[in-house]
Amino acid sequence: MPDATFLDSTELVLNMGPQHPSTHGVLRVILKLDGERVLGTDCVIGYLHRGVEKIAENRTYAQFNPYVDRMDYVAAVSNGLGYCLAVEKLLNTEAPARAQVVRVILTELNRIASHLLWLGTHALDIGAITPVFYCFREREEALHIFEQYCGARLTTHAFRIGGLQYETYDGFERDVQAFCDMFLAKVDEYEELLTNNRIWVGRLQNVGVLSADECKEYGVTGPVLRAAGVKWDLRKAQPYSGYEKYQFDIPTRQNGDTYDRYIVRMQEMRQSVRILRQAVGNLHEGPIMAKVPKVMKPPVGEAYVSIEAPKGELGYYIVSDGSVQPYRVRVRPPSFVNLQALDRMVRGALIADVVAVIGTLDIVLGEVDR
Amino acid sequence: MGKLLKKIFLVDLFQGLRVTFRSQNPRSIVTEQYPAERPRIAERYRGAPRMNTNPETGESLCIGCNLCALACPESLIVMTSERNEKTKRKELATYTFDLSRCMFCGLCEDACPTDALELTQDFELATYTREGQIWDRKMLEEGPRPTRYKW
Repeated sequence: MPDATFLDSTELVLNMGPQHPSTHGVLRVILKLDGERVLGTDCVIGYLHRGVEKIAENRTYAQFNPYVDRMDYVAAVSNGLGYCLAVEKLLNTEAPARAQVVRVILTELNRIASHLLWLGTHALDIGAITPVFYCFREREEALHIFEQYCGARLTTHAFRIGGLQYETYDGFERDVQAFCDMFLAKVDEYEELLTNNRIWVGRLQNVGVLSADECKEYGVTGPVLRAAGVKWDLRKAQPYSGYEKYQFDIPTRQNGDTYDRYIVRMQEMRQSVRILRQAVGNLHEGPIMAKVPKVMKPPVGEAYVSIEAPKGELGYYIVSDGSVQPYRVRVRPPSFVNLQALDRMVRGALIADVVAVIGTLDIVLGEVDR
Repeated sequence: MGKLLKKIFLVDLFQGLRVTFRSQNPRSIVTEQYPAERPRIAERYRGAPRMNTNPETGESLCIGCNLCALACPESLIVMTSERNEKTKRKELATYTFDLSRCMFCGLCEDACPTDALELTQDFELATYTREGQIWDRKMLEEGPRPTRYKW
């Protein structure tokens, strides 16, 4: 932004947030406005900083596991999976087959739950009040499966290093199957509400366009990248936890605007149901915990594992110095990286579009600030 | 032409309204009437902690091994134990559980070798003071005491 515009008397600097409901938490966006037009933005983050990476240095490997749930609290299971895989790589072990299938089931359920929360709040930001109630109705079913499986709904702490702590409960397969059967019709219902709605289309189409090259420049991943036409999904590109065994497509779109990102996420939910169906059929008897020492002392070294979280590439980089505590844990959060594209996406747009773009980026401030 | 007619007759909006009206059926109401109606709590729910006792003798199942305190990421369990001179066994002396710092991760109950410490389905943990969140052994064994207020 040229500095001269600051002296222009028509320019207005406006704080959006940190208490603004549409910033999905405590994000503060300093908007430079010319009337309704956005000349530039400045993001102020850190209001939710808890120093999670530093906490890791004072905890044992097993003790740090519940903390990762509190970064992206909407998709806690994915966070737990990423951390467990990273420590397992350090320890040079792998979770048993049954544990991997249960992990896939829970992670995909969590992807659906995360996308449902995104859809509800995004629609709420745009002005469509109805979908959020339907979304939360179905999300409740997914969270109830989490609760029955591991005892918590949001910050689940579902996985342990080396496998699982809990065996599946009686009727787990039946519940997941029932969820799959119920859910596809519900996705159609949301689409009926929104996809053709003229206000929805008018508010989203050609808003916050991010081309494929710009996505790559910013390191943006997840549905935002796929909506720009890049067929990139870590579940296919570098399969983990047995994702290579499942048949599913990577939904992509071409325009890279907010409407396309909406369509991509809707299709991703359908694909998740497809994976869930296959995984439930794939669930065989077997051990759920690999042989992992009680006191974990991974050999000196480092490991980086990235997984496809609902919001994009979630990476865990762990350095071990051979002691019971990690020397350093670095998280590559998808929300933080995706948020960096905000300025490019809203420059020249209207204030109302800023709300739409923040919603479509699907950020969770717990993960941005850590 | 069809597009224009669809636009004039608000087809897209009525399509959405159909979903809304389909959900007007009283049977599809899913709102939980929370205080009046108890919510469905899963068996494995991790809520308020409880110290289990032997139902026949009333003795605590805790053997004073301190594993829960070591497993806790927040170090909120503080316990002391002493050796019983008669039976030559370690016995629990004091035990406090600071619920205000607890994140209900369940690592303490996983660590317990005798299933003495358990996280229960009780989820209503509000107190009027911070001190009320620090549970001692008696509270852990018998459940929280109801508070009486004078006015």
